[in-house]
Amino acid sequence: MPKATSLNATHRAAGARMVDFGGWDMPVNYGSQIDEHHAVRRNAGMFDVSHMRVVDIHGTPAAAPRDFLRYALANNVDRLKTPGKALYSCLLADDGGVLDDLIVYFLRDDLFRLVVNAATADKDIAWLTALAGVRAPGLRLVPRGDLAIIAVQGPQARQKVWRAIAGSEAASAALEPFNAATFATPGMGELFIARTGYTGEDGFEIAVPAIHVEALWRALAAQGVAPCGLGARDTLRLEAGLNLYGQDMDESVSPLESGLAWTVDLASDRDFAGKAALLARPAKRRLAGLVLTDAGGVLRAHQPVHTDAGEGEITSGTFSPTLRKSIALARLPATVAVGDTVHVRIRDKRLAARVVKPPFVRNGRALVQ
Amino acid sequence: MNVPPGLKYIDSHEWIRPEPDGTVTIGITDHAQAALGDLVYVDLPKPGRKLNVGEACAVVESVKAASDVYAPLSGEVVASNDALSGAPEAVNEDAYAAWLFRLRPSEPSQLAGLMDAAAYSKLIAES
Repeated sequence: MPKATSLNATHRAAGARMVDFGGWDMPVNYGSQIDEHHAVRRNAGMFDVSHMRVVDIHGTPAAAPRDFLRYALANNVDRLKTPGKALYSCLLADDGGVLDDLIVYFLRDDLFRLVVNAATADKDIAWLTALAGVRAPGLRLVPRGDLAIIAVQGPQARQKVWRAIAGSEAASAALEPFNAATFATPGMGELFIARTGYTGEDGFEIAVPAIHVEALWRALAAQGVAPCGLGARDTLRLEAGLNLYGQDMDESVSPLESGLAWTVDLASDRDFAGKAALLARPAKRRLAGLVLTDAGGVLRAHQPVHTDAGEGEITSGTFSPTLRKSIALARLPATVAVGDTVHVRIRDKRLAARVVKPPFVRNGRALVQ
Repeated sequence: MNVPPGLKYIDSHEWIRPEPDGTVTIGITDHAQAALGDLVYVDLPKPGRKLNVGEACAVVESVKAASDVYAPLSGEVVASNDALSGAPEAVNEDAYAAWLFRLRPSEPSQLAGLMDAAAYSKLIAES
């Protein structure tokens, strides 16, 4: 039996089509996936992402979370200088493969917060616990199964959140992107509100006590925020050029071959898990964007890509509702350049596609033709 | 789920409508379009193509996935619904109006072996 979030019955009552996603029974769409996509690009939509796991890292004077994460994460937590600041990072295995991608928040000197993927959460916690046992005895990892998460995304998302939740505007109006704040509400407990997301639009991700998540969902719906499923979440994140763990990268590939070099801090003297392996293994491939220029199908994961420099493969592909064209992320030989034409095998056809630099769409605007 | 009486069905979720001129019209069912979600591409067989029963002969692609469409009968394609190439979402709007192609059956007796609406309703209720 797949696991259910606290909103499962709410999704079913709304007529959602449910799928097993990483061991969780989740809504893929409530009606038209394309309508849900446009709701986020043009107005505001919300996603139940309570399958993602919040893990709090509590330190002691002898075992500071920052010192531990400085080694555990590929991105550098020393960039987090003010409380509430967030950073995207990979968690790397010692061989440089990607164990997960996550967001880390600096809350206090003795408290950092991670938000990790659903399917990888148990693996991450086991790996981090083992690493902490060696490097930071006394550090405590606390998985927050008591919290649910709703992502509210779109150009109108913040305004609608402020109307839906008492006190939220005062707590979050000054937040810059990739910053979070915590505040108490009269009816929904203590909320953690972060100006982050996975759609290429402005908005918030809100962690709420699971017992209050339904009240929050209904308050947002009353403001006209459209419920959106994981189907729209996938087309939105792909248009935004954001990787999906397990599809665009996993333990078998380097972040340097996954479009994530910008998150891996190889320049400083800091040592981190996986660094030596990355330095010893230069990238031969790169993750690039593709736009299908021939008619004849839709780009999908695992389709082979033929280039002048050798073979590649699509890691994520879909039909872009914003561009009304098929788009993809593909792992290609590193010498393939933006602007090159490559060919994708779709069934019995060989179709031309143009190599582009993601993102495809940001803040409602097409960035590629 | 809408399963009109008077049509025939096969278990890969195509509907078949016998026409007065002896041809059959073929589409995908309401159940199939709902499972696929928003359609964004269709690839239809060209008139003149000869099909064997059970042959994959068309493709419908939604945002989520690609799905083959199978020939419910042997025969020759006499028409395909080219209007769908510019508006595949018509299948989502009305799966029984947005037909995919027409066949002239080479073995019309195969029609008798197809499911009726009651049998197909039972099949999708159990799936």
